[in-house]
Amino acid sequence: MSDIESRIEEELDRHDTAPGEESITEHELAGGLSGYLLGFGLAILLTIASFLAAQTELIYQPAVISALVVLAIAQMGVHLVFFLHITTGPDNTNNVLALAFGVLIVALVVIGSVWIMAHLNLNMAPMTAPQAEMMP
Amino acid sequence: MSDITAGSAARDPHRSGGHGHGGHGHGLFPATGHGKGGPASKFVTVAYGFWIFLLSDIIMFSAFFASFAVLSKATAGGPSGKELFELTRVAAQTGLLLTSSFTGGLAMLATHRRSVAATQFWLLVTGLLGAAFLFLEVQEFATMAHEQAGPSRSAFLSAFFALVGCHGTHVGLGLLWLGTMMAQLWVKGFRPDLLRRLHCFALFWHALDIIWIAIFTLVYLLGASP
Repeated sequence: MSDIESRIEEELDRHDTAPGEESITEHELAGGLSGYLLGFGLAILLTIASFLAAQTELIYQPAVISALVVLAIAQMGVHLVFFLHITTGPDNTNNVLALAFGVLIVALVVIGSVWIMAHLNLNMAPMTAPQAEMMP
Repeated sequence: MSDITAGSAARDPHRSGGHGHGGHGHGLFPATGHGKGGPASKFVTVAYGFWIFLLSDIIMFSAFFASFAVLSKATAGGPSGKELFELTRVAAQTGLLLTSSFTGGLAMLATHRRSVAATQFWLLVTGLLGAAFLFLEVQEFATMAHEQAGPSRSAFLSAFFALVGCHGTHVGLGLLWLGTMMAQLWVKGFRPDLLRRLHCFALFWHALDIIWIAIFTLVYLLGASP
Protein backbone atom coordinates (compact mmCIF):
# COMPACT_ATOMS: atom_id res chain seq x y z
CA MET A 1 0.00 0.00 0.00
CA SER A 2 1.38 3.40 -0.94
CA ASP A 3 1.90 6.10 1.62
CA ILE A 4 -0.95 8.26 0.31
CA GLU A 5 -3.38 5.33 0.32
CA SER A 6 -2.56 4.48 3.90
CA ARG A 7 -3.03 8.10 4.90
CA ILE A 8 -6.47 8.15 3.27
CA GLU A 9 -7.29 4.92 5.07
CA GLU A 10 -6.42 6.48 8.38
CA GLU A 11 -8.71 9.43 7.69
CA LEU A 12 -11.58 7.14 6.76
CA ASP A 13 -10.99 4.91 9.73
CA ARG A 14 -11.55 7.60 12.30
CA HIS A 15 -15.20 7.08 13.21
CA ASP A 16 -15.64 3.45 12.25
CA THR A 17 -14.43 0.41 14.05
CA ALA A 18 -14.44 -3.20 12.99
CA PRO A 19 -16.03 -5.77 15.30
CA GLY A 20 -13.52 -6.95 17.84
CA GLU A 21 -10.98 -4.20 17.24
CA GLU A 22 -8.64 -3.75 20.19
CA SER A 23 -8.72 0.04 19.92
CA ILE A 24 -12.45 0.16 20.77
CA THR A 25 -11.91 -0.49 24.45
CA GLU A 26 -8.22 0.28 24.68
CA HIS A 27 -8.62 2.80 27.48
CA GLU A 28 -11.38 1.02 29.36
CA LEU A 29 -11.58 -1.72 31.92
CA ALA A 30 -12.89 -4.13 29.29
CA GLY A 31 -9.93 -3.49 27.01
CA GLY A 32 -6.32 -4.54 26.81
CA LEU A 33 -4.78 -7.21 29.01
CA SER A 34 -6.99 -6.34 32.00
CA GLY A 35 -10.07 -6.92 29.84
CA TYR A 36 -8.92 -10.35 28.67
CA LEU A 37 -7.91 -11.36 32.20
CA LEU A 38 -11.21 -10.16 33.63
CA GLY A 39 -13.18 -11.94 30.90
CA PHE A 40 -11.17 -15.13 31.37
CA GLY A 41 -11.76 -15.06 35.14
CA LEU A 42 -15.48 -14.44 34.80
CA ALA A 43 -15.82 -17.14 32.13
CA ILE A 44 -14.04 -19.67 34.39
CA LEU A 45 -16.32 -18.80 37.31
CA LEU A 46 -19.44 -19.13 35.16
CA THR A 47 -18.23 -22.45 33.71
CA ILE A 48 -17.61 -23.85 37.19
CA ALA A 49 -21.03 -22.60 38.26
CA SER A 50 -22.63 -24.39 35.29
CA PHE A 51 -20.93 -27.70 36.08
CA LEU A 52 -21.89 -27.39 39.75
CA ALA A 53 -25.49 -26.45 38.96
CA ALA A 54 -25.83 -29.50 36.71
CA GLN A 55 -24.59 -31.94 39.34
CA THR A 56 -25.64 -30.54 42.68
CA GLU A 57 -28.71 -31.75 44.54
CA LEU A 58 -29.22 -28.33 46.08
CA ILE A 59 -31.26 -26.92 43.20
CA TYR A 60 -34.85 -27.94 42.67
CA GLN A 61 -34.43 -30.33 39.73
CA PRO A 62 -36.91 -28.83 37.21
CA ALA A 63 -35.19 -25.45 37.71
CA VAL A 64 -31.75 -26.74 36.73
CA ILE A 65 -32.39 -26.14 33.03
CA SER A 66 -33.24 -22.48 33.65
CA ALA A 67 -30.13 -22.05 35.78
CA LEU A 68 -27.96 -23.58 33.06
CA VAL A 69 -29.46 -21.46 30.29
CA VAL A 70 -29.02 -18.27 32.32
CA LEU A 71 -25.40 -19.16 33.13
CA ALA A 72 -24.68 -19.95 29.45
CA ILE A 73 -26.18 -16.67 28.25
CA ALA A 74 -24.19 -14.80 30.91
CA GLN A 75 -20.99 -16.45 29.73
CA MET A 76 -21.76 -15.61 26.11
CA GLY A 77 -22.22 -12.01 27.22
CA VAL A 78 -18.85 -12.10 28.96
CA HIS A 79 -17.23 -13.35 25.75
CA LEU A 80 -18.92 -10.68 23.65
CA VAL A 81 -17.92 -7.85 25.97
CA PHE A 82 -14.41 -8.83 27.01
CA PHE A 83 -13.15 -10.90 24.07
CA LEU A 84 -15.06 -9.48 21.09
CA HIS A 85 -15.15 -5.89 22.44
CA ILE A 86 -18.82 -5.35 21.65
CA THR A 87 -19.89 -2.06 23.22
CA THR A 88 -22.89 0.23 23.08
CA GLY A 89 -20.80 3.03 21.60
CA PRO A 90 -21.83 4.74 18.36
CA ASP A 91 -18.86 3.23 16.50
CA ASN A 92 -20.29 -0.20 17.29
CA THR A 93 -23.91 0.32 16.20
CA ASN A 94 -23.60 -1.68 12.98
CA ASN A 95 -21.99 -4.61 14.76
CA VAL A 96 -24.60 -4.66 17.52
CA LEU A 97 -27.50 -4.46 15.05
CA ALA A 98 -26.13 -7.36 13.02
CA LEU A 99 -25.68 -9.33 16.23
CA ALA A 100 -29.23 -8.51 17.37
CA PHE A 101 -30.63 -9.74 14.06
CA GLY A 102 -28.61 -12.94 14.38
CA VAL A 103 -29.88 -13.50 17.91
CA LEU A 104 -33.47 -12.95 16.72
CA ILE A 105 -33.15 -15.63 14.02
CA VAL A 106 -31.42 -18.05 16.39
CA ALA A 107 -34.19 -17.57 18.98
CA LEU A 108 -36.91 -18.05 16.36
CA VAL A 109 -35.33 -21.24 15.00
CA VAL A 110 -34.58 -22.88 18.36
CA ILE A 111 -37.60 -21.82 20.43
CA GLY A 112 -39.97 -22.24 17.47
CA SER A 113 -38.75 -25.77 16.73
CA VAL A 114 -38.90 -26.90 20.34
CA TRP A 115 -42.33 -25.37 20.87
CA ILE A 116 -43.93 -26.77 17.71
CA MET A 117 -42.39 -30.21 18.01
CA ALA A 118 -43.47 -30.49 21.67
CA HIS A 119 -47.05 -29.71 20.63
CA LEU A 120 -46.92 -32.23 17.79
CA ASN A 121 -45.66 -34.85 20.23
CA LEU A 122 -48.46 -34.01 22.63
CA ASN A 123 -51.12 -34.30 19.92
CA MET A 124 -49.92 -37.68 18.68
CA ALA A 125 -52.35 -40.52 19.33
CA PRO A 126 -51.07 -42.79 22.10
CA MET A 127 -49.42 -45.96 20.94
CA THR A 128 -51.57 -49.07 20.82
CA ALA A 129 -50.35 -52.27 22.42
CA PRO A 130 -49.43 -54.06 19.11
CA GLN A 131 -47.55 -50.95 17.98
CA ALA A 132 -45.66 -50.81 21.23
CA GLU A 133 -44.58 -54.41 20.78
CA MET A 134 -43.14 -53.60 17.37
CA MET A 135 -40.89 -50.89 18.82
CA PRO A 136 -37.24 -51.96 18.88
CA MET B 1 -7.64 7.58 17.79
CA SER B 2 -6.51 10.03 20.41
CA ASP B 3 -8.86 11.48 22.94
CA ILE B 4 -8.23 14.99 21.71
CA THR B 5 -9.42 14.37 18.16
CA ALA B 6 -12.27 12.15 19.34
CA GLY B 7 -13.49 14.62 21.92
CA SER B 8 -16.37 16.34 20.19
CA ALA B 9 -17.28 13.25 18.19
CA ALA B 10 -17.67 11.37 21.45
CA ARG B 11 -19.94 14.07 22.84
CA ASP B 12 -22.05 13.98 19.67
CA PRO B 13 -22.83 10.29 19.47
CA HIS B 14 -25.10 10.50 16.45
CA ARG B 15 -22.78 12.91 14.72
CA SER B 16 -25.62 15.19 13.80
CA GLY B 17 -22.98 17.79 13.14
CA GLY B 18 -21.83 15.89 10.09
CA HIS B 19 -25.33 15.27 8.72
CA GLY B 20 -27.35 18.34 9.54
CA HIS B 21 -26.43 20.72 6.80
CA GLY B 22 -26.54 18.23 3.98
CA GLY B 23 -22.80 18.14 3.94
CA HIS B 24 -21.08 15.30 2.19
CA GLY B 25 -18.68 14.78 4.97
CA HIS B 26 -16.90 18.07 4.88
CA GLY B 27 -16.54 19.94 8.09
CA LEU B 28 -14.44 19.06 11.04
CA PHE B 29 -15.55 15.44 11.35
CA PRO B 30 -16.50 13.81 8.08
CA ALA B 31 -19.31 11.32 8.66
CA THR B 32 -17.58 8.23 7.39
CA GLY B 33 -19.39 4.95 7.22
CA HIS B 34 -22.78 6.64 6.86
CA GLY B 35 -22.92 6.84 3.09
CA LYS B 36 -21.46 10.31 3.25
CA GLY B 37 -17.85 11.27 3.37
CA GLY B 38 -16.61 8.15 1.68
CA PRO B 39 -16.58 4.44 2.44
CA ALA B 40 -15.25 2.83 5.55
CA SER B 41 -11.70 1.58 5.50
CA LYS B 42 -10.98 -1.84 4.07
CA PHE B 43 -10.11 -3.19 7.51
CA VAL B 44 -13.57 -2.25 8.77
CA THR B 45 -15.49 -3.59 5.75
CA VAL B 46 -13.58 -6.89 5.74
CA ALA B 47 -14.06 -7.43 9.47
CA TYR B 48 -17.72 -6.45 9.26
CA GLY B 49 -18.30 -8.83 6.36
CA PHE B 50 -16.66 -11.58 8.37
CA TRP B 51 -18.85 -10.66 11.35
CA ILE B 52 -21.91 -11.19 9.12
CA PHE B 53 -20.50 -14.56 8.03
CA LEU B 54 -19.99 -15.58 11.66
CA LEU B 55 -23.57 -14.66 12.50
CA SER B 56 -24.85 -16.72 9.55
CA ASP B 57 -22.64 -19.58 10.76
CA ILE B 58 -24.22 -19.28 14.21
CA ILE B 59 -27.67 -19.37 12.58
CA MET B 60 -26.66 -22.60 10.84
CA PHE B 61 -25.61 -23.98 14.23
CA SER B 62 -28.98 -22.92 15.65
CA ALA B 63 -30.66 -25.33 13.22
CA PHE B 64 -28.45 -28.15 14.50
CA PHE B 65 -29.24 -27.10 18.08
CA ALA B 66 -32.96 -27.10 17.31
CA SER B 67 -32.85 -30.60 15.82
CA PHE B 68 -30.81 -31.84 18.78
CA ALA B 69 -33.22 -30.30 21.26
CA VAL B 70 -36.17 -31.95 19.49
CA LEU B 71 -34.47 -35.35 19.15
CA SER B 72 -32.59 -35.49 22.46
CA LYS B 73 -35.05 -37.98 23.97
CA ALA B 74 -35.39 -40.12 20.82
CA THR B 75 -32.91 -42.78 21.84
CA ALA B 76 -34.82 -45.67 20.18
CA GLY B 77 -33.89 -48.00 23.04
CA GLY B 78 -30.22 -47.13 22.63
CA PRO B 79 -27.91 -45.48 25.14
CA SER B 80 -28.88 -42.04 26.44
CA GLY B 81 -26.62 -39.09 27.07
CA LYS B 82 -26.54 -39.90 30.74
CA GLU B 83 -24.86 -43.25 30.04
CA LEU B 84 -22.53 -41.94 27.31
CA PHE B 85 -21.22 -38.55 28.38
CA GLU B 86 -18.11 -38.28 30.57
CA LEU B 87 -18.27 -34.92 32.27
CA THR B 88 -14.61 -34.91 33.30
CA ARG B 89 -13.61 -35.01 29.64
CA VAL B 90 -16.14 -32.30 28.80
CA ALA B 91 -14.77 -30.13 31.61
CA ALA B 92 -11.24 -30.60 30.26
CA GLN B 93 -12.41 -29.74 26.74
CA THR B 94 -14.17 -26.63 28.03
CA GLY B 95 -11.08 -25.50 29.90
CA LEU B 96 -8.85 -26.09 26.88
CA LEU B 97 -11.07 -24.17 24.45
CA LEU B 98 -11.71 -21.32 26.89
CA THR B 99 -7.98 -20.93 27.56
CA SER B 100 -7.25 -21.07 23.85
CA SER B 101 -9.79 -18.30 23.26
CA PHE B 102 -8.00 -16.28 25.95
CA THR B 103 -4.53 -16.86 24.47
CA GLY B 104 -5.95 -16.00 21.04
CA GLY B 105 -6.93 -12.67 22.56
CA LEU B 106 -3.40 -12.26 23.91
CA ALA B 107 -2.09 -12.91 20.39
CA MET B 108 -4.30 -10.09 19.11
CA LEU B 109 -2.97 -7.79 21.83
CA ALA B 110 0.55 -8.66 20.68
CA THR B 111 -0.52 -7.91 17.09
CA HIS B 112 -1.88 -4.58 18.29
CA ARG B 113 1.60 -3.86 19.70
CA ARG B 114 3.10 -5.12 16.39
CA SER B 115 5.25 -7.71 18.16
CA VAL B 116 5.88 -10.62 15.79
CA ALA B 117 7.53 -12.86 18.38
CA ALA B 118 4.76 -12.48 20.95
CA THR B 119 2.05 -12.94 18.31
CA GLN B 120 3.67 -16.12 17.03
CA PHE B 121 4.10 -17.46 20.56
CA TRP B 122 0.49 -16.88 21.58
CA LEU B 123 -0.81 -18.18 18.24
CA LEU B 124 1.22 -21.35 18.82
CA VAL B 125 -0.22 -21.75 22.33
CA THR B 126 -3.72 -21.16 20.93
CA GLY B 127 -3.16 -23.81 18.27
CA LEU B 128 -1.80 -26.38 20.71
CA LEU B 129 -4.75 -25.90 23.08
CA GLY B 130 -7.15 -26.18 20.14
CA ALA B 131 -5.44 -29.36 18.97
CA ALA B 132 -5.69 -30.85 22.48
CA PHE B 133 -9.41 -30.03 22.48
CA LEU B 134 -9.85 -31.72 19.11
CA PHE B 135 -7.90 -34.76 20.31
CA LEU B 136 -10.25 -35.22 23.27
CA GLU B 137 -13.27 -34.88 20.98
CA VAL B 138 -11.98 -37.47 18.50
CA GLN B 139 -11.22 -39.75 21.44
CA GLU B 140 -14.79 -39.36 22.68
CA PHE B 141 -16.25 -40.08 19.23
CA ALA B 142 -14.03 -43.15 18.84
CA THR B 143 -15.07 -44.47 22.26
CA MET B 144 -18.74 -43.99 21.45
CA ALA B 145 -18.44 -45.64 18.05
CA HIS B 146 -16.65 -48.53 19.73
CA GLU B 147 -19.56 -48.93 22.19
CA GLN B 148 -22.02 -49.35 19.30
CA ALA B 149 -23.25 -45.79 19.90
CA GLY B 150 -22.37 -44.33 16.52
CA PRO B 151 -24.44 -41.81 14.59
CA SER B 152 -26.63 -44.51 13.04
CA ARG B 153 -27.78 -45.93 16.40
CA SER B 154 -30.61 -43.48 17.13
CA ALA B 155 -32.02 -40.10 16.16
CA PHE B 156 -30.53 -38.70 19.36
CA LEU B 157 -27.05 -39.87 18.38
CA SER B 158 -27.44 -38.65 14.78
CA ALA B 159 -28.30 -35.18 16.05
CA PHE B 160 -25.48 -35.35 18.61
CA PHE B 161 -22.80 -36.29 16.08
CA ALA B 162 -24.07 -33.73 13.56
CA LEU B 163 -23.99 -30.88 16.09
CA VAL B 164 -20.79 -31.66 17.98
CA GLY B 165 -19.05 -32.96 14.85
CA CYS B 166 -19.88 -29.74 13.00
CA HIS B 167 -18.29 -27.74 15.80
CA GLY B 168 -15.27 -30.05 15.79
CA THR B 169 -14.93 -29.57 12.02
CA HIS B 170 -14.92 -25.83 12.56
CA VAL B 171 -12.17 -26.17 15.16
CA GLY B 172 -10.16 -28.36 12.77
CA LEU B 173 -10.51 -25.86 9.92
CA GLY B 174 -9.64 -23.08 12.37
CA LEU B 175 -6.42 -24.92 13.23
CA LEU B 176 -5.49 -25.12 9.53
CA TRP B 177 -6.22 -21.40 9.21
CA LEU B 178 -4.11 -20.69 12.30
CA GLY B 179 -1.15 -22.62 10.88
CA THR B 180 -1.47 -20.69 7.61
CA MET B 181 -1.53 -17.40 9.53
CA MET B 182 1.62 -18.32 11.46
CA ALA B 183 3.44 -19.20 8.23
CA GLN B 184 2.28 -16.03 6.48
CA LEU B 185 3.21 -13.87 9.46
CA TRP B 186 6.63 -15.48 9.53
CA VAL B 187 7.23 -14.80 5.83
CA LYS B 188 5.44 -11.51 5.29
CA GLY B 189 5.31 -9.70 8.62
CA PHE B 190 2.50 -7.32 9.58
CA ARG B 191 1.22 -6.32 6.14
CA PRO B 192 -2.23 -4.67 6.02
CA ASP B 193 -3.83 -7.72 4.35
CA LEU B 194 -2.31 -10.02 6.96
CA LEU B 195 -3.58 -7.82 9.77
CA ARG B 196 -7.09 -8.18 8.33
CA ARG B 197 -6.78 -11.96 8.14
CA LEU B 198 -5.42 -12.21 11.67
CA HIS B 199 -8.31 -10.12 12.92
CA CYS B 200 -10.87 -12.32 11.13
CA PHE B 201 -9.21 -15.40 12.58
CA ALA B 202 -9.49 -13.98 16.09
CA LEU B 203 -13.21 -13.30 15.56
CA PHE B 204 -13.69 -16.84 14.25
CA TRP B 205 -11.91 -18.41 17.20
CA HIS B 206 -13.89 -16.44 19.79
CA ALA B 207 -17.14 -17.33 17.98
CA LEU B 208 -16.24 -21.04 18.15
CA ASP B 209 -15.86 -20.76 21.91
CA ILE B 210 -19.25 -19.04 22.18
CA ILE B 211 -20.82 -21.97 20.29
CA TRP B 212 -19.02 -24.41 22.59
CA ILE B 213 -20.64 -22.71 25.61
CA ALA B 214 -24.04 -23.61 24.16
CA ILE B 215 -22.88 -27.16 23.37
CA PHE B 216 -21.47 -28.02 26.79
CA THR B 217 -24.52 -26.55 28.49
CA LEU B 218 -27.36 -27.84 26.33
CA VAL B 219 -25.86 -31.11 25.09
CA TYR B 220 -23.57 -32.37 27.84
CA LEU B 221 -24.71 -30.83 31.12
CA LEU B 222 -28.43 -31.13 30.39
CA GLY B 223 -27.95 -34.54 28.78
CA ALA B 224 -26.06 -35.90 31.77
CA SER B 225 -28.21 -34.33 34.48
CA PRO B 226 -30.74 -36.65 36.11
